[in-house]
Amino acid sequence: MALWFVFALMTAAAIFAVLWPLGRTRSDAGGTEASVYRDQLAEITRDTAAGLIGPTEAEAARVEISRRLLAAVDAEGTASVGSSPGFRRAVSLLALIGLPLLAIGFYLPLGSPAMPDFPLAARNQSPSPTQPLNNLVAQVEQHLEKNPTDGRGWTVLAPVLAKIGRTDDAVRAFRNAITYAGDTAARRADLGEAMAMAANGVITADAKAEFERAVALDAGEAKARYFLGLAAEQDGRGSDAAAIWRDMLAKGPADAPWRPVVTAALARVGGGNAPTSGPNLPALSQGTIASVQGMNAGDRNAMVQGMVDRLATRLKQDGSDVEGWLRLVRAYMVLGERDKAKSALADAREAVGTDAERLRKLNDGLKDSGLDG
Amino acid sequence: MIAEAGHYALVLALALALIQSTVPIIGARLRDPALMNVARSTALVQLLFAGLSFLALTTLYVTSDFSVANVFENSHSMKPLLYKITGVWGNHEGSMLLWVSILALFGGLVAAFGNNLPLSLRAHVLAVQGWIAAAFYLFILMTSNPFLRLAQPPLEGRDLNPVLQDIGLAVHPPMLYLGYVGFSIAFSFAVAALIEGRIDAAWARWVRPWTLVAWIFLTLGIAMGSYWAYYELGWGGWWFWDPVENASLMPWLSGTALLHSAVVMEKRNALKVWTILLAILTFSLSLLGTFLVRSGVLTSVHAFATDPTRGVFILLILCLFIGGSLTLYMWRASSLKQGGLFAPISREGALVLNNLFLTTACATVFIGTLYPLALEMLTGEKISVGAPFFNLTFGPLFVPLLLAMPFGPLLAWKRGDLKGVTQRLMAAGIAALLAVALVWAWTTGGAALAPLAIGLGVFVIAGSIVDIAERTMLFRLPFGVAFRRARGLPRAAWGTAFAHAGIGVALIGIVCESTWNTEYIGTMQPNDVAKLAGYELTLKDVTQRQGPNFRESLARFKVTRGGDEIGEMTPSKRNFAARQSSTTEAALLSRGASQLYISLGEETAGGGVAVRMYHKPLVLMIWWGPVLMAFGGLLSLSDRRLRVGAPKPAKASRALQPAE
Repeated sequence: MALWFVFALMTAAAIFAVLWPLGRTRSDAGGTEASVYRDQLAEITRDTAAGLIGPTEAEAARVEISRRLLAAVDAEGTASVGSSPGFRRAVSLLALIGLPLLAIGFYLPLGSPAMPDFPLAARNQSPSPTQPLNNLVAQVEQHLEKNPTDGRGWTVLAPVLAKIGRTDDAVRAFRNAITYAGDTAARRADLGEAMAMAANGVITADAKAEFERAVALDAGEAKARYFLGLAAEQDGRGSDAAAIWRDMLAKGPADAPWRPVVTAALARVGGGNAPTSGPNLPALSQGTIASVQGMNAGDRNAMVQGMVDRLATRLKQDGSDVEGWLRLVRAYMVLGERDKAKSALADAREAVGTDAERLRKLNDGLKDSGLDG
Repeated sequence: MIAEAGHYALVLALALALIQSTVPIIGARLRDPALMNVARSTALVQLLFAGLSFLALTTLYVTSDFSVANVFENSHSMKPLLYKITGVWGNHEGSMLLWVSILALFGGLVAAFGNNLPLSLRAHVLAVQGWIAAAFYLFILMTSNPFLRLAQPPLEGRDLNPVLQDIGLAVHPPMLYLGYVGFSIAFSFAVAALIEGRIDAAWARWVRPWTLVAWIFLTLGIAMGSYWAYYELGWGGWWFWDPVENASLMPWLSGTALLHSAVVMEKRNALKVWTILLAILTFSLSLLGTFLVRSGVLTSVHAFATDPTRGVFILLILCLFIGGSLTLYMWRASSLKQGGLFAPISREGALVLNNLFLTTACATVFIGTLYPLALEMLTGEKISVGAPFFNLTFGPLFVPLLLAMPFGPLLAWKRGDLKGVTQRLMAAGIAALLAVALVWAWTTGGAALAPLAIGLGVFVIAGSIVDIAERTMLFRLPFGVAFRRARGLPRAAWGTAFAHAGIGVALIGIVCESTWNTEYIGTMQPNDVAKLAGYELTLKDVTQRQGPNFRESLARFKVTRGGDEIGEMTPSKRNFAARQSSTTEAALLSRGASQLYISLGEETAGGGVAVRMYHKPLVLMIWWGPVLMAFGGLLSLSDRRLRVGAPKPAKASRALQPAE
């Protein structure tokens, strides 16, 4: 409502601007040409005194200007001043009706009068239940604005920024974390990951340089090595990528959480026979893979979880797909949910029932799953 | 509410501009003073609304209101406050809003201070201003509205192009716009004179201060833009004959011509028709500059608009105003009375010569800028008209102009005495010859033309000194008397001298910089020493540093000359993550008017860094020249005779002087 009040005030001011001169009975007549010519006469006198103009020229000029001065004074004398009350009324009406109509007619289709302002400060202060994280981030950012060398602050902030999708800021934050909290392989790898996220999953030359620095600091830095493989894959060097990932699987600990991701990546580039026959994740389409590369670890896990859940739901409705059951059981094993894997297996047995052919397939498939019985 | 109020203010400004553009003209027809005075109040309130609108957008930038699309696209909450404010005009929509705000400002100034104008002339002038303003308000509202909102306000903005995050940008566009738009007043005066069918010496006197204001700002704007390009783009060049630069140079050239021909018109009532044409052309070139930069016809750092509808809209405005005013000119010009005869050798003659050269120079720039564009449009063939074309055409045109320049102010009106003037300029000529000989002796070898060009510069400077000395009769009268005469000289005479000397200063700077510029390009490791023009530059180290919204690698150089340490230079290269781009921050070390210039390139694998170093002798004179010129313009503007609305009693006292 206040907005419309302001609009009304502004419109009134505009209308007043048009009406005011119309209402005045006497108005100033404005300047005249004559004063300019009088000025010029004085100037000629000055120029003559300064020797800039000869006395004869000065006299000629004086005559010329005087002639013009007389003409100008004559013209002023004869100029009549008219008054057209009818037309003044028409203009008043135009101002009173036409002007507001025109203004509103232009404004309404373009403006958004119902929308309040959203200055950043106000948004940060008002506690919004949907964005508690954003408010926290803003507070930390404010703190860091005042204490830009607080390495711990940057270290805390950076991953959060990456998580809420402010990747460019995350890159900056990771950089600051490295500068003020020390250069570690993990931070370099995180920085590289954030850079890749900022570039929509493409491992840029800068990001690659960060991963290389991370590996130089700690040869066993898994994330950096995984992304270096990814960089090789994106460069079209699939065999190099496979070599990196195969080496990771061979040397890494058996229970490393990154194993399934690396195995899946390895399968993708065609280096399928991994040294330890890791379980396969649910198959991903090429497009999904592309989008997965742009995600951070948390998002990726959430996505995998979602796919597994969808698979489970589908199999509950139609349990005849032995391959599907096998994938589901393997997926649960990969995610470390052994109980769920077992119950899935039980469900599978029940669904397959007495079909001997399928039962055999199921049992064969489960041989290397690590689930007995 | 701020966003919507700003938006509505802009709409109201449009409505007022429409009224301002029609009612006063009808009023002038009916000779009704009340209707004519509508122009004044609407112009003032229109300024209020345009100002409110601009203020609203600035507030939105400062508070980082990302619900406004324009703010979201060009700002960032972490940006320093200064760049939040300059970001307002660092983009297409905001810069157009600045453009119309300045237009409204000039209209408001005419309304507020144009008391000495005849009523009907003021009404016509403001009506023409109203047409221009209405066209541009429509353009903004229809195609580049800065107040459009986003239904889902994003949390963070996209940041401003880092190249534009610089103090140079804070000042350069507003200056340039004040210049461009200031010429709209001269245009409005010209069109008003054509509509009224009446033009005389008084017209020239009224229009001169406005032209002078526009010219001062344009001069400073161009100089500042050139200096910004010099230190920010990192190439060490200061003028590239880039179409955008040419777009600002063309109105400057024709504006300078206008300034001079208006003098003839004011004093001698001659060259009236020509002056009107120049006024129209100058603003047309300003509009053309706006079109070239804003339509995206040119792909350049400056052209951030690439939306074709905008280009078509601006082209329409351009055709309407240039075509319309020229048609009006063709129709009415023949009815304007010619007046004032003069001999070829006279002050008038010299000013005509000046006009001829300036407009021809302007035409060559025009052709060099637009011919490649036209050719590409018609045949698809891409050619580039670069520095060689302009050096070959522009240079030869300026040499005779500068040679003739010292003669102009010394010649008498109507009938001049060339021989006498030549004698009086003898001192300047001798100084020039001495300079040529000295420079020649100093630099054996090198460009043969350079000492001559420097001699020309000295001649121009000495010529303006001679002019002042002649006027004050220095050396002929006792010093005290001469001093009193100097104080009594009209400020416009001092202004002329300063502005002309400024040209000479700039010329010397340009010649020295382009002839004896030495450079070193190479890769340096820490503790390497580069030798450049007698200086030794040692790279001490390269460090990394975190800035507010960038990361920079900073190199430190120790500068010594013959073993004495002179100073330290720290060029840097900044990486802006938000826009994935980098800028070079050149380091400058001034020694008198000369500068050492270091700009960093890429870092090499072995810990070295690529550097470009220049020693630029007397380079600063290139910008001191324009500053002197602008100062001259300011002096001329402060001349009592030109002061708009000067109090009348003072005039009366001057009229009593003839007894002198």
